[in-house]
Amino acid sequence: MIKVPTPKMRWWEKIYLFEIVRGLCVTMGHLIRNIFVQKNIYTHQWPEEPKPLFPRLKARHRLTRRDDGTPKCTACYCCQTVCPAYCIHIVAEESPDGFVEKRPKQFEIDILRCVFCGYCVEACPEDAIRMDTGDAVIVSNHREDFILDLKFLLNGKGTEWRRSRRFEDHTIARPPATFGE
Amino acid sequence: MPDGLVTLIKACCVLAFQMILVVVLIWFERKGAAYIQDRTGPNRAEIFGIRLAGLVHPVADVLKLVFKEEITPPHVRKFYFRLAPIVSLMVALLPLAVIPFADILPGDGGGFSFQTLNLNVGILYILAVSSFGVFGIIFAGWGSNNKYSMLGGMRASAQMISYELAMGLSIVGVLMVYGTLELNEMVRYQGGLLWGFLPRWGIFVQPIAAILFMTAAFAESNRNPFDLPEGESEIVGFHVEYSSMKFACFFVGEYGHIVVVSSIFTALFLGGWQIPWLPTPVLRENAGFATAALLLFGVVGGVVFAGLFGKWRGRLHELYTDRRKNEGQVWMICAAAIAVICAVILLAGFWRGLSPQGSLITAAVVQIICFMAKVVLVSFFFIWVRWTLPRFRYDQLMSLGWKNLVPLAIFNILITGFILLGVG
Ligand code: SF4
Ligand code: SF4
Repeated sequence: MIKVPTPKMRWWEKIYLFEIVRGLCVTMGHLIRNIFVQKNIYTHQWPEEPKPLFPRLKARHRLTRRDDGTPKCTACYCCQTVCPAYCIHIVAEESPDGFVEKRPKQFEIDILRCVFCGYCVEACPEDAIRMDTGDAVIVSNHREDFILDLKFLLNGKGTEWRRSRRFEDHTIARPPATFGE
Repeated sequence: MPDGLVTLIKACCVLAFQMILVVVLIWFERKGAAYIQDRTGPNRAEIFGIRLAGLVHPVADVLKLVFKEEITPPHVRKFYFRLAPIVSLMVALLPLAVIPFADILPGDGGGFSFQTLNLNVGILYILAVSSFGVFGIIFAGWGSNNKYSMLGGMRASAQMISYELAMGLSIVGVLMVYGTLELNEMVRYQGGLLWGFLPRWGIFVQPIAAILFMTAAFAESNRNPFDLPEGESEIVGFHVEYSSMKFACFFVGEYGHIVVVSSIFTALFLGGWQIPWLPTPVLRENAGFATAALLLFGVVGGVVFAGLFGKWRGRLHELYTDRRKNEGQVWMICAAAIAVICAVILLAGFWRGLSPQGSLITAAVVQIICFMAKVVLVSFFFIWVRWTLPRFRYDQLMSLGWKNLVPLAIFNILITGFILLGVG
C-alpha cells in the first residue's frame, strides 16, 4: 500500500478564509478580463465560424471504385465480420466481369449503430471502404435516412453540411443512381 | 388610500423587485460562470435580434417550463408532493416583507414606511419563516416516495437545521449591539460613524458575526459550497421527481432565497439603505445635489456605454449576417438616449428648487437605489463564490457547522457582552 502524505497546512490555510479570498480574486480576474478582452475565451461560435476538421478524422464511410467505375468491394464479408456494432449488412451476387468472383448486391451501413471505430477500414483487403469523407455531422428527420445504401456510399460526395449554413439543409440528400443500372 | 391597498401595492412592488432580481441572478449565474470559466455563455436566444447579452435566456426558460408537460409519477404521496413546491416558494417570498427599503417618510400617523409589514420583531419573523424552508425540502423528499429523493431531503434538512442554529446565534451578537428587533431601527443605528471615519455598519461592528452569518446563509440557501442537497454533478437531490412548473417553483425558490438572504445581510451588516457618510437628514437637505449627482452619473455612464456599444457594433457587423448584427446599434441609441435625457433634466436645473415634499421623496428614491445596489452586489457574491469553491464533503459540512460555527458564534456573543459591559 502506498501512503500519500497529506501536506501540512499552515495556520492561515487552516482558517480557510484567506485562501477563499485568494480563490475569489482568481475567478474575479478571469471574469473581468473576459468581459473586456474576448480573445482568451475558448468558445467556438460554431455555425458562424466553421471549424476545420482533422484530415484523418474517422467520418462517414464511402466505398471506393476501380478505374472503370465498378466498386472495388468483392463482398468478402471481412468488414461485416469484424464490425463490433453489427451495422454492416452485405448481400453478395456473382460478378459478371469474370475478373472477380463476387460483388455486393446490397451494402448497407446503419450509421446510427456505427461506433466509428474504423475496424471495417482496417479489415478490408481491397481498400474498398474508407472513412475519409469528412462528413462528421449527419442529420436527418427520418430514421431510414441513416441506413446508408450502396448507391449513396459509392456516390455521396460528403461534406455537404459544411457548405450550407442552415441546420435544416443538413439532411442527407440521396444522389441519383449512377451505378449498376 | 386605505391601509390595506397601500400594503398590497407595497407587496406587489417588493415581489416585482424580487422576481426581476431572480431573472437577473439566473443571468449572472450563466454569464458569470461562463466568463469565470473562459467561456462565452448564453448568446443565442433573441427577440428581434436583441439578445441582451443572454438576458433573454431566462425568458425562454420560463416559456419552456410553462409549456412543458407536468408529470406526477404514480408512486408519489400526492398531498406532500404538491405541497412541497408551494412551501419552498412561499418561504422564499415571505421574508422580504419586513425588509426596509428606505427610511420612514415623516408624516401623520407614523409616516410612510418602506416596509410592507412594519413588525417590531422583524428579525424573529424572518428567522421563523426561513426555518419553514426545511419543510419544503422534507415534503419534497418524503412525498416523492423515492429513496434518492428521500436521502437528498434528509441531507438537506439536516444541513439546514444545523446551520439555522449557527445563523440564529450569529444574529444574537448583532441584536445585543443594536438593542432592537426592528429592522428599520437596526438600519438607523448603522447610520453613525465608528471612531469618526468608518460607517457604523454591522460588518465593522460585528465582523465575526458577519462572516458566520454569511457562511450560514450560504448553507441556508443551499448554495455552493454547501449545495449538497442538490449536488448537480454527482448526487441526486430532493427534486428529481419534479417537472415543469413544480420544478420551476424550487428553482425560483432557490434564487429567491438568495435575494432574501442578501437583503437580510444588507440590512443587518451593510447598513441597509444607509449611504455611507450621508445620514438621512443631510441627504434630505441636499436632495437636489443628490439628484444632480445621479443625473451626472447617468450622463457620464450613458456616454461611456454609447461609446462601448458603438465599438461593439462594428464587431457584430463582422460576425453576423442576420438580424443579430443590429443589436449594437440599438443599445448604442438607448445609452445615448439615457445620456441625453439625463443631460436635459440636469441642464433644466429643476433639481435646484425642490419642494420639501419633493426632497423627501428624492431622498427616499436615492436610498432605495442604494439598498438595491447593495443587494445586487451581495447576490452577485453568492454567484461568484459558487464558481470559485469546491463542494464540501458531508462530514466536513457537519463538523464545520457544529464544531466551528456554533462555538465561534457563542464566543462572539460572550465577547460582545464583555465589550458592551466595558463600554457601558
Ligand atoms: S466503423 Fe466500426 S462500427 Fe462502424 S461500420 Fe466500421 S467496423 Fe462497424
Ligand atoms: S468492403 Fe472490403 S471488407 Fe467489406 S466486403 Fe467489401 S471487400 Fe470485403
